[in-house]
Amino acid sequence: MSTETPFAELIGQQQAIEWVTAAARDAYRGEQSTGAMTHAWLLTGPPGSGRSNLAYAFATALLSPGGVPDPAVAALVDARTHPDLAVLASERVTITIDEVRRLVTSAAYSPSVAAYRVLVIEDADRMTERTSNVLLKSLEEPPERTVWILCAPSEADLLPTIRSRVRVVRLRVPDPAEVAELLVRRDGVDPALALRAAQEAQSHIGMAHRLATDADARARRDETIRIAFGVRSVPQAVRSAQRLLDIAKEDSSALTEERDEGERAAALKSMGVQPGAAVPPQLRSMLKQLEDDQKRRATRGLRDSVDRILLDLLALHRDVLLHQLGAGLTPVNGAYGDDIERLATDTPPTATLAVLDAIADARRRLPANVPPLLVLEAVLVTAALERRR
Amino acid sequence: MAARAGSTRATAAKAAGPRIPVLVWDEVRPAPVVLVSGPEDLLAERATRRLREVLAAADPSLEVSDLDASNAAPGDLSTLASPSLFGEPRLIRVTAVERLTDGFLAEAMRYLEAPADDTTLVLRHSGGTRGKRLLDAVRGGLGGGVEVACAELKRDADRSAFAAAEFRAARKRISPGALRVLVSAFQADLAELASACQQLIRDTAGDVTEATVETYYAGRVETNAFAVADAALAGRRGDALVLLRHAIATGADPVPIVAAIASKVRTMARIADAHGSSARVASEYGLAPWQVDRARRDLEGWQSDGVGRAILLVAETDERVKSGARDPEYAVERLVAFLAGRGEG
Repeated sequence: MSTETPFAELIGQQQAIEWVTAAARDAYRGEQSTGAMTHAWLLTGPPGSGRSNLAYAFATALLSPGGVPDPAVAALVDARTHPDLAVLASERVTITIDEVRRLVTSAAYSPSVAAYRVLVIEDADRMTERTSNVLLKSLEEPPERTVWILCAPSEADLLPTIRSRVRVVRLRVPDPAEVAELLVRRDGVDPALALRAAQEAQSHIGMAHRLATDADARARRDETIRIAFGVRSVPQAVRSAQRLLDIAKEDSSALTEERDEGERAAALKSMGVQPGAAVPPQLRSMLKQLEDDQKRRATRGLRDSVDRILLDLLALHRDVLLHQLGAGLTPVNGAYGDDIERLATDTPPTATLAVLDAIADARRRLPANVPPLLVLEAVLVTAALERRR
Repeated sequence: MAARAGSTRATAAKAAGPRIPVLVWDEVRPAPVVLVSGPEDLLAERATRRLREVLAAADPSLEVSDLDASNAAPGDLSTLASPSLFGEPRLIRVTAVERLTDGFLAEAMRYLEAPADDTTLVLRHSGGTRGKRLLDAVRGGLGGGVEVACAELKRDADRSAFAAAEFRAARKRISPGALRVLVSAFQADLAELASACQQLIRDTAGDVTEATVETYYAGRVETNAFAVADAALAGRRGDALVLLRHAIATGADPVPIVAAIASKVRTMARIADAHGSSARVASEYGLAPWQVDRARRDLEGWQSDGVGRAILLVAETDERVKSGARDPEYAVERLVAFLAGRGEG
């Protein structure tokens, strides 16, 4: 990794990489600046397209002498320990106003070792309106050597007042073939499996990596798709929704459990508690806080997993609709061709569209705190009612 | 493990040792230490007030001071308890002993060893394990205290006895029927029941009868989310809407009402196509047999598509009450009316 440039893992983003490398070089040109650099950036792109990777690669370039990525700086940025880099990455549902206030305060510090101070907010879309407003002043006119880099899925996720203060770099969705090539090159995955994973993950690099390397994740996705094909009646749909929720729970706990345990062990070690010994009462509140943080992360983790399931269902019904309308595009779920064909001929396109609408409703309801089970039930019940018409 | 065995022995020793008298709130009498324990604040407050009245009647120069144990600094208690120039009797009321500071604990333990003369220390502990060492010491007889137990009045019989005592204390007669109506109208909060009793005692002449209670509290119904859901699913549209309005008027939030409806509709949908005895269906779907019986009763008159549409509307309503809608109450009303119409309306 350290031998390659930090941009190597970004695939299919030539244009965006050219922009930010040019900007980083321009930042060191002083009087001869061409205006390619500015103080506030917004990197947008669909989940998994490498927004935060680009942000850190850009940060590395800015923090390196002359704006050309330097391996030593890259290592510090990778470990998030570079003294002139401040990062706000939330694993909870929202970014709190206090976190942003602290970051805004630190924006006023001058850089210590590099020429610039770089502030990165991953998931800037997770800020509420009130929280976003805290940023405005600093975004518009930060101290001379401070650069803001925000990441969000799309410009529409941010307030107009933020959008007008940043320069936008858009990432495109990479081609599944490009993602598959990365999986083969980097992780040594079998090419056929890599392509299927890349297609089913809809070019989400992290998801594709998981599907390609984790057999359990593949099995969970397979069950999700089979459940969606199997919905026939309302009672069965309600029971299937429960199963889908269980799948989402397995999915998110597979991701978080190991980490939770590791963090707890690390925390106990740093507090000086022997493994297996009782925790002294004075330290319990610290441990409690860690557990609360983990619980919040689990809430977001479950929601993300349910949303992934909804995305899988969305892709599936898109494929069905493509077949029904004879659009002739490449299906996402090519491996389930027979089932898709059967569903496409048995049901009218209106039914498919109704389900697609229900999934869109569901994805809006999830962040509005509607219980995930109820959200999934509404989708599957719609499918059951529509398919029997 | 050794520590646990030790504490068991200690408990046994304590149980055998001297125990202090446990009183109910209206029997409270002065003692060097009065432990007022239990979650019912109204009774605790009354016990403390009564104690103060008794002490003040004995010596009007009584000096009353208050201390919050949750942010007491070391020395606060000794300052309040140290003898004054003219030797007035003192009443020290300590609140929040259930969140006491370590400093207060140490000081209180020292105080129990040698309580000050002419001083009454009231410790208000509303439950929980914090400060257990202090409670055990007082209950073990250290300091010569008494305990006033203010248990929560959960059962109707207890609440009814409480209300009857209120009227007896005021030498006012209330008919048994009136008492029943009164107690059932104020289920949630003992303080509300107490103030209703006081209002009837002060504002009415003669005996309190059912008619009197009707005049003052007619039409007041305490209800909850499940009562609304039950009425709606039983098809009693009018009742359900009235109950919903009552629930909202008495402070119920639309969100738990929708959650209650969602859980009932979900159970109905899950077992809608299940056949066989309720015990078998219950074990197959991980429910209790009574839940299956209930859901089957609720399902009468429903088509399975209707249940499906009900779920869609529940999801929509849930979103509306949590965000989005201008009038969450209307959203719930619409849902209740739809359910009462068996999903066909």
